[in-house]
Amino acid sequence: MSIAEADRPEGKVFKQIGKRIKRPDGVDKVTGRARYGADLNLSGMLHGATLRSPHAHAVLISIDTSKAEAMTGVKAVVTRDDFAEQPDEMAAAGELPVNYMHVVRNVMAREKVLYDGHPVAAVAATSMSIARKALKLIEVKYEVLPHVIEPDEAMKDDAPILDETLFTDGVDPKPTKPSNVSKIVKIKKGDIEAGFEQAEVIVERTYHTKPVHQGYIEPQACVASYSEDGSGELWVTTQGPFMYRSFTARLCGMDVSKLKVTPSEMGGGFGGKNNVYGEPVAMVLSRKSNRPVKMVMNRGEVFRATGPTSGGHMTVKLGATKDGRITAAKADLAFQAGAFPGAPIGPATMTAFACYDLENVLATGYDVISNRPKVAAYRAPGAQVIAFAVESAMDELAKKLEIEPIDLRMQNAAKEGTKAAYGPVFGPIGMEETLQAVKDHPNYNVPLGPNQGRGVASGFWFNIGGETSVTMNLNEDGTVALLVGNPDIGGSRASMSMMAAEELGIEAEDVRVSIADTGSLGFNFLSAGSRTTFAVGKTTINAAREVIKEMKARAAKIWDIPEDAVVWEDGHARPASTNAGDFEPLSIVEIAKKASTTGGPISGHIQTNVTGAGPSLATEAVDVEVDPETGQVKILRVTVAQDAGKAIHPSYVEGQFQGAAVQGIGWALNEEYIYDDKGRLENPNFLDYRIPVASDLPMIDTVIVEVPNPNHPYGVRGIGETSIVPVMAAVNNAIENAIGVRLSDLPMSPPKVLKAIEENS
Amino acid sequence: MRYEAPESLDAAIALLNEESGTARVLAGGTDLIVQIRADMVDPDLVVDIKKIDEMRTISEENGGWRVGAAVTGAEMNEHAAFKAAWPGVCEGTDLIGSTQIQSRATIGGNLCNASPAADSVPAMIAAGVTLTIAGPNGRRELAVEDLNQAPGKTALEKAEIVVSFAFPARGAVASDAYLRLTPRTEMDIAVVGVGVSLELDGDGTCRAARVGLGAVAIKALLVDEAAQALIGTKVDAAAIDAMAAATSAAAKPIDDKRGTKEYRIKIAGVLAKRAAGIALERARQN
Amino acid sequence: MAKYHITAEINGDETEYLCEPEQTLLDVLRDELNYTGTKEGCGSGDCGACTVMMNGRHVCSCLVLGAEANGAKIETVEGMADGDNLHPLQEKFIEHAALQCGICTPGILVASKALLERNPDPTETEVRYWLAGNLCRCTGYDKIIRAVMDAASEMRGN
Repeated sequence: MSIAEADRPEGKVFKQIGKRIKRPDGVDKVTGRARYGADLNLSGMLHGATLRSPHAHAVLISIDTSKAEAMTGVKAVVTRDDFAEQPDEMAAAGELPVNYMHVVRNVMAREKVLYDGHPVAAVAATSMSIARKALKLIEVKYEVLPHVIEPDEAMKDDAPILDETLFTDGVDPKPTKPSNVSKIVKIKKGDIEAGFEQAEVIVERTYHTKPVHQGYIEPQACVASYSEDGSGELWVTTQGPFMYRSFTARLCGMDVSKLKVTPSEMGGGFGGKNNVYGEPVAMVLSRKSNRPVKMVMNRGEVFRATGPTSGGHMTVKLGATKDGRITAAKADLAFQAGAFPGAPIGPATMTAFACYDLENVLATGYDVISNRPKVAAYRAPGAQVIAFAVESAMDELAKKLEIEPIDLRMQNAAKEGTKAAYGPVFGPIGMEETLQAVKDHPNYNVPLGPNQGRGVASGFWFNIGGETSVTMNLNEDGTVALLVGNPDIGGSRASMSMMAAEELGIEAEDVRVSIADTGSLGFNFLSAGSRTTFAVGKTTINAAREVIKEMKARAAKIWDIPEDAVVWEDGHARPASTNAGDFEPLSIVEIAKKASTTGGPISGHIQTNVTGAGPSLATEAVDVEVDPETGQVKILRVTVAQDAGKAIHPSYVEGQFQGAAVQGIGWALNEEYIYDDKGRLENPNFLDYRIPVASDLPMIDTVIVEVPNPNHPYGVRGIGETSIVPVMAAVNNAIENAIGVRLSDLPMSPPKVLKAIEENS
Repeated sequence: MRYEAPESLDAAIALLNEESGTARVLAGGTDLIVQIRADMVDPDLVVDIKKIDEMRTISEENGGWRVGAAVTGAEMNEHAAFKAAWPGVCEGTDLIGSTQIQSRATIGGNLCNASPAADSVPAMIAAGVTLTIAGPNGRRELAVEDLNQAPGKTALEKAEIVVSFAFPARGAVASDAYLRLTPRTEMDIAVVGVGVSLELDGDGTCRAARVGLGAVAIKALLVDEAAQALIGTKVDAAAIDAMAAATSAAAKPIDDKRGTKEYRIKIAGVLAKRAAGIALERARQN
Repeated sequence: MAKYHITAEINGDETEYLCEPEQTLLDVLRDELNYTGTKEGCGSGDCGACTVMMNGRHVCSCLVLGAEANGAKIETVEGMADGDNLHPLQEKFIEHAALQCGICTPGILVASKALLERNPDPTETEVRYWLAGNLCRCTGYDKIIRAVMDAASEMRGN
């Protein structure tokens, strides 16, 4: 029996958990009431606009803003001179930590511009059209430098160096020459050479992926308002209002207490709204103009200057015995970090082989800077990139061994007790269960027609906990107000209300969840790492237990019996036994109504750093049909099986699986950053950056596997990310199955697929 | 920028003629407004031609059809008789952007934007469409394939407007088809687009054919060699293969972000073959 | 800069506004009239988040000039519900969990309404192609398509 089961009363059946309730913010979001980042208009508000570098790499010689400043309607202009230097100091920023020295340079270029779209200046004006015209009056002198985009080019000895002060970390002795490689990390287990010596079959191949963008539909947007007393307010679309407070306060030289950040509804983030871009700029513009300033990116700015994920160059080598036991697994991966260090090579090397129970593992990661926007987290950052290589290699190995691909994975699957190469010994995890779920699914047994293929792949993501603060207030009528600090990305108000209601023994609709501003609640980490349902949920449950404890105390006071003689059941306080006394149960409503005379308002407040996140594994099968004359790939069927631990609201769990799978399909087939020979992004729009459209897709079938996480009262793991991890490999494996030749470069666009077919015939 | 919405063609031409700065005709706006927003064009005058009746109608004329230049893609596709007569042309307009775009984008705008990849143009070239153009010096006619010169460049003189498109009369056993290749199923720009129109005799011999080819040169092309490979044949596999080869041979593409030269040349032939097959099937059913 | 004085019917209300010639209908709705339910995702007609009805057709309001709307009838997501009664599409989107972040939802609702007015019994493929111009990055479209099909069924009286 897991702790999760032990934690619940014997035989207790969930009353709220697992239901498909209507989300409490649903009506607001189907009627246009819900307010997103760009939806706030304040009195006297100005419109901000940003001048961006047209060059991939150049020295910023001078910026003359005098003509823009003189223009009627222009109220403030800012450049690098308006931001103080920041120390070389790392700061937590979700899944990818950042350095303040780099953050200030990314927000506004200083010595150099490092990518096409790098901010150089910004203006605030009384209308957007004036702001746009003012940008054209700013005169910038550049000395254009040679640039480099691809990581393998950036690693060459004669590559243009982006940062003369950067020396590769993780190399002994310390290098004497600056490099674009900021860091090398290694994950080791066992003896890799001995492992390959034991192998009877070896596969090895090099794979490439292109940078892709999170592709949230809502561009970055904020309204900053700086007051004459030195305080400020920021309304912003963000995954982490508390992180945005830290960063904006730091870059603007404000005390944290002087800045209040209010998160708007968020129109998608996927990791891309973990970092500040225009927010500190808007705040400085507001400070200079003494007016509120709205900054909204256009789509081109989103693509050119906000966080795509890394492109990767990877070599994966697997060795196995003839009966299918993997004896050695090796990966070398170089990821683009963009203009500043910080590619997700840590998670990539750690997750590379985490699906499997292996003796001998070596994963080496290179963090490479190049003239592209600084990468941001994207849904299981790094894990998806390396999984494309590893899970394609697994398929190649299965073929070589003539073992069914799910069977090969099953034979080597990580399970409870497996010591992962990155350190921990796994508790209960669902790798075998997700493999079995896909194998048993009707989709996996549908006969394939001509030019059709089936591919399967698995994926791993850690999930995280993190700092969490929750306040639960019992209202005077017995309803409940729950205050959480993480924006509702896709149904978390619903899942929080359900967990609170489950504990309290009431209906979810009686719990109203609000998203706090930073002045109303203690620190909360980002909505990232699939942490919200797990960590905020766990904290909500604990806050509810505080409320129950207090309600029991109030009942004890009313009945004049000891507190431990009161139990809480189905939303009522009851005497623990007839020995405790013969009292009519008191409902939550009755206790609430009497609260003022029994000791005052009742609330539960928990602040903690939540630990015990449970890894979530996924296995996916994809069927494709390839047009042999054009190389076009049609997705026929998709089956996603992921371990949720426990699904609180199954519809939103399925929705995460489906959304992640489709993002992966876009990544597999069409999405990529395309640069011209000057290092300028050629496709900064939704026309040429091709995310999947409805007509590209079938329905996405899901299986919610539930292997409870023992460290959550209901067994929740967190499910937001893993389902993207296997997709690109699953599609690749399906294409290989259809055409008989393996591709190794993403995206697998029609010209590449056709070329592969022709080279094979 | 000034916005004007005249109700007569003469007024529109006069406005354009009197403007000394940059003037643009606004039809559906689905290209022009994007270009204004992207600072690709900064017009002093925009003349909205959607209030001019002559440019907003579809009518039968001399056994063929006349379509006003400000008729939208949605309107063409909803016109059952026109669609039955020219299904390939309607396939082309149906592929211009989303259904939202088709509510606005006009056939005249799709042509006059002078993109080599415009989806309605290869089908109209195949259809043998004749344009009526009006300007300060009166009206003139021009074959549709002769309007565009290069990306963004047309043969229109100052203050000239494409008023309408004349689709010729043809025999009973005739039809057309348009196919394009894009990485996505929708919301994409043609990597290659091919329109084929053909007309058969009673015995199934191809009497007339035209092939239009898009996105493989500085403008959409009329591929006469491809048409000649069909004319006089029974449109059998060999004829279609010859026609496909001629289409590929006519393609003069470049490598760009949307496709490679090599790929486009191959796909031109593949799509020509498939479009011819569809047009043939439709013609035989007529 | 001279502004244009425009009169349009917006969600049933006769509305006057002043707009700059370069302002789009989307700019006017959001910034001048505070109809912020209509969203901007791209500004180039590629995402559909700004979809509104104009004279009975669904259009990208980012590709309509504010000045063009003179005399037009405009309907936005704010006008979909009938008093206390949500439109069946709105109900079904909530019921089917057809929205996650919700930013694409207003545009998809308006586009779906336009579809069902023309085709009350669309196939799955027809729904997918009709909505191809409405990007959603959260859902993978599955639940959106199901919600539209179910709303269509309910509106047909099933």
